[in-house]
Amino acid sequence: MNDARPDSDVVLMARGICKSFPGVKALDDVSLTVRRGRLHALLGENGAGKSTLMNIVAGVFPPDSGEIMLGGEQVAFRNTREASEAGIAMIFQELNLIPHLSVAQNIFLGREPLTRTGLIDDARMIREAAEWLRRLKLDVDPAGPVASLRVGQQQVIEIAKALSMQARVIIMDEPTSAITDQEVKVLHELIHQLKADGVAIIYITHKLDELPLIADEFTVMRDGRYVGSHETKTATHDDIVRMMVGRDLSEMFSRTPTAPDEEVLRVEGLHLAHPERAGDFSVRDVSFHLRRGEVLGIIGLMGAGRTELLEVLFGLHPHRARGTIVVDGEKSWFTTPRAAIDAGVVLAPEDRKREGLVLSLSVAANTSLACLEQTERMGFLDAALEAKLADGYVKRLRTKTPSVHQLARNLSGGNQQKVVLAKWLATRPKVLLLDEPTRGIDINAKKEIYTLMDELVASGLGVVFVSSELPEILAIADRILVMSEGRKTAEFTRAEANEENVMRAALPKN
Amino acid sequence: MNPKTRDLLVKFQSVAALLLMIIALSLTPQISGTFLSQDNALNVLRQISVNLCLSIGMTLVILSGGIDLSVGSVLAFSGVVAAGLLKNGIAIPALDVALQFTVLGAIIAGVVVGAFLGCFNGWVITRFKLPPFVATLGMLSIARGLTQLWTQGFPITGLGPQFGFIGTGHLLGLPMPVWISAILVLIFVIVTRKTRLGRYLYAIGGNERAALLSGLNLNGVKIMIYSLGGMLAGIAGLLLTSRLDSATPNAGIGYELDSIAAVVIGGTSLSGGRGSVLGTVLGCLIIGVLNNGLVLLEVSPFWQQVIKGFVILAAVALDKMNAKE
Repeated sequence: MNDARPDSDVVLMARGICKSFPGVKALDDVSLTVRRGRLHALLGENGAGKSTLMNIVAGVFPPDSGEIMLGGEQVAFRNTREASEAGIAMIFQELNLIPHLSVAQNIFLGREPLTRTGLIDDARMIREAAEWLRRLKLDVDPAGPVASLRVGQQQVIEIAKALSMQARVIIMDEPTSAITDQEVKVLHELIHQLKADGVAIIYITHKLDELPLIADEFTVMRDGRYVGSHETKTATHDDIVRMMVGRDLSEMFSRTPTAPDEEVLRVEGLHLAHPERAGDFSVRDVSFHLRRGEVLGIIGLMGAGRTELLEVLFGLHPHRARGTIVVDGEKSWFTTPRAAIDAGVVLAPEDRKREGLVLSLSVAANTSLACLEQTERMGFLDAALEAKLADGYVKRLRTKTPSVHQLARNLSGGNQQKVVLAKWLATRPKVLLLDEPTRGIDINAKKEIYTLMDELVASGLGVVFVSSELPEILAIADRILVMSEGRKTAEFTRAEANEENVMRAALPKN
Repeated sequence: MNPKTRDLLVKFQSVAALLLMIIALSLTPQISGTFLSQDNALNVLRQISVNLCLSIGMTLVILSGGIDLSVGSVLAFSGVVAAGLLKNGIAIPALDVALQFTVLGAIIAGVVVGAFLGCFNGWVITRFKLPPFVATLGMLSIARGLTQLWTQGFPITGLGPQFGFIGTGHLLGLPMPVWISAILVLIFVIVTRKTRLGRYLYAIGGNERAALLSGLNLNGVKIMIYSLGGMLAGIAGLLLTSRLDSATPNAGIGYELDSIAAVVIGGTSLSGGRGSVLGTVLGCLIIGVLNNGLVLLEVSPFWQQVIKGFVILAAVALDKMNAKE
């Protein structure tokens, strides 16, 4: 891959980095070379290990093995402070600013200029902050609070902070995922300016369209491994996608055809009032039906109301929602998750660590949590009965865990998702609502989840599968419902749907 | 490290600390004779029984991710209510009757009052979504004020030998408070390990959102937990009142801190979801033996407080280090 650039341009080199977390090998012999004045894009699917690698480079945690060279010298950072003092600054996806402090106070946090008497020199701090803001062409009051700024502006503050620390390497983790097109343009201009000033940038992104505009070279990672590095100008979009995915989803997985049975869920005119804006709706007049043995895919962009729709079906927000829900021919309106569970409707939420599992409990305890009465004998919990229940699902779902007594915390993402599924299957549901069930898990685990779902559907369950990944929805859904801005904008059968017509229906209309 | 080994290690650590302390005190020549006597051992057990009752309840509350600052005041109110009812009965002017209470009646009333105040804590926390710290801070003041109102600031004394039995009596050579606290330990070890309520407690403390989305009735469990905490504080109040043969309006001030200390030394995480009743028993024993040793060594009470503080810090620091591995 290397062109004739002299090695003296290399600022940062990571070699043979390995890192394991309990139950998962996050990085396996990964290398990365970054040169001054160049933008190096780091690509890969969720769970590929990009953020882990960057956290190691930025000193958040140490690698298990491997070395990091900065400007030709080997370094081993014990914390982010040491890394930033050495000239590596990381701008996290969830920005690290303190909302109630001013712009200037944030930029100089921990390095406040002092007067001779040892007090903070506010005047100088604001003066210097204003100078950085001027250079970065951001027109905001350095004495005003950060909380009043938009996300894009806050990012620029983070960059100002990095530059004020004389950063030689700036790491940006998906900086364009939450900002407007206008702000993206401003950021791109800023990046060109930084490159001209000799700063090296490592840039994590999922938006491949950005690459030709800003990236000089890129590295692709997959499942914690290094796949390859190339100059951006010599690689096509398709090359990159192939490197990221490895193989086509449809080659990997195909649904067993099922003959959908009678209707198990019908939803009519479902509305959910917006939590903050009076008169507005998060879900607006959505109707659909689901049959046994069928996978209904729901796709939409962020904020399309998919998660909210599932939450209403699961008995959350009973007071803000209205409409009709019919389960198995019976009109039902759930006011608690318990009522939904009892009627056979269960939800595997999007964020399994924060919403799906109690990480401090064992696999067995998580499995039995929603049907604990099944493990009781004469009014007391029976550990043997519980272990048997959990063990049955570990075998059936092929969950990889040393034992059912292992803490859920120590399982990998895919296996955690299986524990969530086990918890619900133990309640003998009729309708399984899955919210982004494969987010952040590796490709093999994804395949296993698809296969499992296929088996469950074949056994007569109705599945609603929410996803934001188009190839995934196209590969697994019998019917596809598209949502945009809270509304149902289209419905396709599997035969009718293609990338183009689904995407068109998913994009907002204004 | 696997969780079982970890739990064992934490328990082992507490047991080891306790044994070390006992050995050290036994080998200290000027006190070893007194320290090792049977009387002294029973004395330590009797002394910790009040804190143990409070701490069992505190363990439940902390496991569920909460805290109860009101136990000292609830203890006092339960004590004076039982004592007042026993001694003076209660007059209901509207019905023109004066109710007299038997010993058993007064005891039940004390326990019920404690449970009711705890239930009120739980109701405030779940109904108005107040942080437990704030809700029980309010109750700390409310129950103390009620205690002063009930007694008009004077202790209620002379409660009779029958009532005195639960605090000073013996059964099969063991003091009654030791029996009572031991039975409560047994009950709540079973509750936490072998019942749905116990499991839900750990689940809610570990991840409240996931517990809700698993169909658990969060409000019901929380109200139950705070009620049990209040009930146990009520029992502690009865033990204390009975032992002193006097219910004083200032009883139990600062006891919430002693019980939190016992829970924490016993390895229960203040953020909830991890810990055990047995750990708390060890925590109470460690504090009890430490107090006893320091008193026998004639260490000044001021220094005793300083030392106890360091023990708490050391216990939590050790626990943190284990958790990291």
